[in-house]
Amino acid sequence: MSVWQRLLALDRRWVFAGIALAVVIPIITGYTLPLGKPAPPTVAVYEYIEKLEPGAVVMFGFDYGPASMPELHPQALAMMRHALERDLRVLTVSLNVQGTVLASDALQTVGDALGAVDGEDYANLGFKVGGAAVILGMGSDGIANVYRVTADGRPTADLPVMRGVRNYDDVALVVDLAAGNIPGAWIAYAHQQYQQDLALGITAVMATDYYPYLQSDQIIGLVNGLKGAAEYEVLLGLEGREAPGMLGMSAQSIAHLLIIVLVIAGNIAYFASGRRARR
Amino acid sequence: MRLQVPLVITFLVGLFMAVQFFVPHELAQGPYDALLAWSRIVGAFALVLGIGSLLRTHWEKMRRRRRDWPYSLATIGSFLAMCVIGLGWGHEPGTVFDWVFQNVQVPLDATMFSLLAFFIASAAFRTFRARSTEATLLLVAAIVVMLGRVPSSLIVLFGQSGLGDLLSDRLPDISEWLMNVPTIAAKRGIIFGVALGSIATALRIILGIERSHLGGGGGGGE
Repeated sequence: MSVWQRLLALDRRWVFAGIALAVVIPIITGYTLPLGKPAPPTVAVYEYIEKLEPGAVVMFGFDYGPASMPELHPQALAMMRHALERDLRVLTVSLNVQGTVLASDALQTVGDALGAVDGEDYANLGFKVGGAAVILGMGSDGIANVYRVTADGRPTADLPVMRGVRNYDDVALVVDLAAGNIPGAWIAYAHQQYQQDLALGITAVMATDYYPYLQSDQIIGLVNGLKGAAEYEVLLGLEGREAPGMLGMSAQSIAHLLIIVLVIAGNIAYFASGRRARR
Repeated sequence: MRLQVPLVITFLVGLFMAVQFFVPHELAQGPYDALLAWSRIVGAFALVLGIGSLLRTHWEKMRRRRRDWPYSLATIGSFLAMCVIGLGWGHEPGTVFDWVFQNVQVPLDATMFSLLAFFIASAAFRTFRARSTEATLLLVAAIVVMLGRVPSSLIVLFGQSGLGDLLSDRLPDISEWLMNVPTIAAKRGIIFGVALGSIATALRIILGIERSHLGGGGGGGE
């Protein structure tokens, strides 16, 4: 058996071991790589939030579960930090039942770090079943009529953070953090029907689905996967433990590189062994 | 009657929802708001039905000792435990529910999803071959987009040399172009196709041609 044939018949456990090492070593050693310039869609979200007046309301849709946490939670933390640092009011809503716990976690993490007050600077309005009907309801019935109580049971309308907030007219930006097809509903109903400015934070595999909406200006920006989170952290000037996206990006970069090397090696072996066979 | 009444309701509500979009008058908006509230209530009932169906399926599996029935026991046990913990002590940060969620469900879910990386790497190595022109184009585009997503990895490959810096500077732009031009062109075609298909399906349902949502099987027609 030639070297090429041996390579083609490589036991997949070696590939698994290689990927495991590529992910684990950068995380354990804290090895970081430079990120390069942030992508324009990420910068667009950053600049939009940067231009909002203090007191403006930013609503975050937590429409993902723990499976997508490594990619989306760093995005949520970075964008929430940005909003609270700029003295904007932050509301979170969830159309995914698991999202409400993740929203509480993110708000507490960022709120504690910045000294923001629950109920005054931010509020987690919790989960509502209904998908598109909930999005439409917040525009027609009003936010406090759809989310009557917060995730921890306080009447939404009584919270200081909700002062003057009735519906989308009073929300400067909605950022939907999602791992499924819910952004489509936010675009179709919140943006198209109520002209709500909308940004998305999505997993990398979803990017091709939502780039068309970026080009048609139906969303103001797009934070794409772990790289997007790391880019946002760079824009905020975060480092170390405050930048979980940057830490994860090094592991992801090395793993991607390994996959590319494997694909190229596989192709070389495929053609080399094929030529050998024809001879 | 069991067939006609749902068909009439579907027709009237479907027609109303299509018309009200173009009529911003109070007469149209009032019933529209009411219908939205109803749909949220129906959605809540659907959640209850879903939970009931899940429990019934797993209960039957356990009762009849079908293959892998212990997994059903784990499902029902976990469901009941989380219900008791959540309803009894709340689900705010710092509660038992939150602790279980953060320390059991999050790692389990993340582990399941992380396994994909291993299988994708293995599958890419074995099957991603430049067997034809189309496959070669796909392969090259995939590598450019992947490297464009993680430009710093090129520094690992080439070091801080001129080539490494040049590639890590240029590849993200090429990757963005691939995402912004050819990908969007294809994606728009798909979106238009799906939208037209959705309109056609909606019309079939409103007009009572498609009746599979009423149960009893059958895709539609007379």
